Amino acid sequence: MNRRHRRERCSCALLACPDGSVPLSALQPGESAEVAQVLCGHGLMCRMTSLGFTPGAEVTVVQNYGYGPLIAQVRGARVALGRGEAGQLYVRRKAA
Amino acid sequence: MTTEPPPIAPGPAAERPGGARPILVALAGQPNVGKSTVFNLLTGLDQHVGNWPGKTVERKEGAFTFEGKTYRLVDLPGTYSLTASSPEEVIAREFIIRERPDVVVALVDAAILERSLYLVAELVSLPAPVVVGLNMMDVARQEGMEIEPDVLAAALGLEVVPMTASRHVGVQQLVEAIARAARGDPLPAPRRPEIRADHRQVLTQIEERIAGWVPQPYPQDWVALKLLEGDEQVTLLMKESLPAERWEAVHQILRHHEDALLAVTSGRYEWIGRMIRAAVTRPRSGPIGLTERIDHWATHPLWGLVILAGVLGLTFWLTYTVGTPLLNLLDVYGVQVLAELARAGLAPISPWLAGLVADGVIGGAGFILTFLPILVIFFAVMGVLEDVGYMARAAFVMDGFMHLMGLHGKSFLPLFLGFGCNVPAVLGTRVIESRRARLLTALLAPLVPCTARMTVVAFLAPAFFGRAATLVSWGTVLLSLAVLAASGALIGRALFRGERAAFIMELPLYHLPNPRTIGLLVWQRTTEFVRKAGTVILPVSVVIWALSVLPGGSVESSYLAAFGRWLEPLGRLMGLDWRLIVALVSSFVAKENAIATLGVVLGAGEGSSLAQTLASTYAPASALAFLVVQVLFIPCVATVAALRQEAGWRWMFFSLGFQLSVSLAVGAAVYWAARAVGL
Repeated sequence: MNRRHRRERCSCALLACPDGSVPLSALQPGESAEVAQVLCGHGLMCRMTSLGFTPGAEVTVVQNYGYGPLIAQVRGARVALGRGEAGQLYVRRKAA
Repeated sequence: MTTEPPPIAPGPAAERPGGARPILVALAGQPNVGKSTVFNLLTGLDQHVGNWPGKTVERKEGAFTFEGKTYRLVDLPGTYSLTASSPEEVIAREFIIRERPDVVVALVDAAILERSLYLVAELVSLPAPVVVGLNMMDVARQEGMEIEPDVLAAALGLEVVPMTASRHVGVQQLVEAIARAARGDPLPAPRRPEIRADHRQVLTQIEERIAGWVPQPYPQDWVALKLLEGDEQVTLLMKESLPAERWEAVHQILRHHEDALLAVTSGRYEWIGRMIRAAVTRPRSGPIGLTERIDHWATHPLWGLVILAGVLGLTFWLTYTVGTPLLNLLDVYGVQVLAELARAGLAPISPWLAGLVADGVIGGAGFILTFLPILVIFFAVMGVLEDVGYMARAAFVMDGFMHLMGLHGKSFLPLFLGFGCNVPAVLGTRVIESRRARLLTALLAPLVPCTARMTVVAFLAPAFFGRAATLVSWGTVLLSLAVLAASGALIGRALFRGERAAFIMELPLYHLPNPRTIGLLVWQRTTEFVRKAGTVILPVSVVIWALSVLPGGSVESSYLAAFGRWLEPLGRLMGLDWRLIVALVSSFVAKENAIATLGVVLGAGEGSSLAQTLASTYAPASALAFLVVQVLFIPCVATVAALRQEAGWRWMFFSLGFQLSVSLAVGAAVYWAARAVGL
């Protein structure tokens, strides 16, 4: 693939980035957050952004049982995401 | 909109050679916005379904007339955006850029206005007049949203037609708007989205460097934007078009702005945000009502599966209880009567011709005819489930199971279609984005026990096993699904290592089914089946018939029997004699031929029924092995043809070899296991 497919995973790995963002899969059902970074290859990034996941977008997790795919609401639509895909989407929790 | 009656101005269509050429209209929209409903309303049955040249993406085209003018309507594939990440998106944008439609209708979902305007944001950057169809106004109102179409139109700088296509509301107004746009009425200039402020300068730099070098018919500003997005197709195009040092300069800029995709898409959503703030006077109040409540159960990890099992069970029950009597009726009073008539009528002329027509031609065509009721019912039920929005939930709850095979939820729909008929299942794999997942699903689809295979099981199991028939039938189905899962895991791991498909899918709002949309879907799938099956089944049926009577005239001494006897040593591994082998071979034409062939080679009908003959001829172990091999055997010729079309020759042969070895291996295992327990 080409130069754009470089991955920039957070070095701090799974739990949280220094800027306080967490993977979408870490949110509980009903929790809302703001998309901080989309950390995936170019192809998946295209699909994520066209479905509404761009930095600054508000996301609400509708269903998340801690395993299997989860459901999120973004820009008025419900989107099902595999756990792996949701793990590449970093969000900032909103102050309650 | 209050515009003066326009002067008769020569529209773009009139400038084309010939003048009377129909006006070309492209219908664009994201998935689930009711695009096919609008397409069907506008064109009715006056539509042609085919493929986009060189692609396995469905192309629908139709026509309608309005005020004496003919409009050619082309349904573009449903896409969320116009990147180069899927063949559908490339087709949609290439069509607009190369074919220059006179009007592009962008259908958006009013209830998901923010997201569905994204495609409009991409469309207005292309050189074609856009008319926005604001569909699903009723759903938006139910959700408590209030949208002012006039304000939206003013903000977008495009004509906006509020619609509820499922109730035929707004369709007339849409046609009028299309006509106005085609006439070239002064449309307000569309406001285009801009790239996020921090990248504006970079965009200008790129535009300066490519200016004058962009090949026709691509718009220069669009190409600059797509370069920044990292669009693979446009990048390649400009790499070839620019002189090396110029490309190097552009390439340098792009390398420093690898994150520009987010700036471009954010810019589009900022543009959408401005439209929404202007036109939506009341946003959605509270959570999504009905959909939320249904999904609480329908997407639950446990209850979702229970509901899915119920839905599937009901689908099969409906299909078989209504379809099977119809199938028998058609077979006994239609096909058999016709075959006897042909035989009686032609026998005096030539017994050969009589056999050819009655057994070869009518036998083959009869298969297609008798299976229609079952397929129509099955497709109708599937159509309702799809149109209501349930199939996306089924895909969601099956995602975990599909992961075992290295696939994800989206592959579930085509595989499920396979229970009706493997042909639409193989063709249905087109909904899957990644090539790997599409191919793997197409290879697995023929392992789903279709109605024809199940008919053989349903007939033979009671004949062989009496009371235990239901148990045996279910056992065969479960076994073939287990083989499917194991094959998926095996092929996925061995052949497609390292490539993993991403699961990301919209869950549309539930809505009432539209009979017209479903009717047309059933019509299209059924005619597709008849066309595909008809063209391959007839000739193969004739060939198999010829092999079964040549050279002597009786089956016992035929080439087919000789072939069966030749294979008998292999068959013995599974407890199959030459007659069962011949039945398997004949099932290549059409699965339920196995029954008819057994009837012929066992000489049934004299005193005892086929069921009795079967029960007395074969040991339970052989019978069980035959059922298993039959269910897993290479698919019928129509499915093979579909496989060749979707996956190519190489994978078609792979599939044949794979299923042949798997069916024989599993058959042998079952035979010896059955022998071991004393059957």
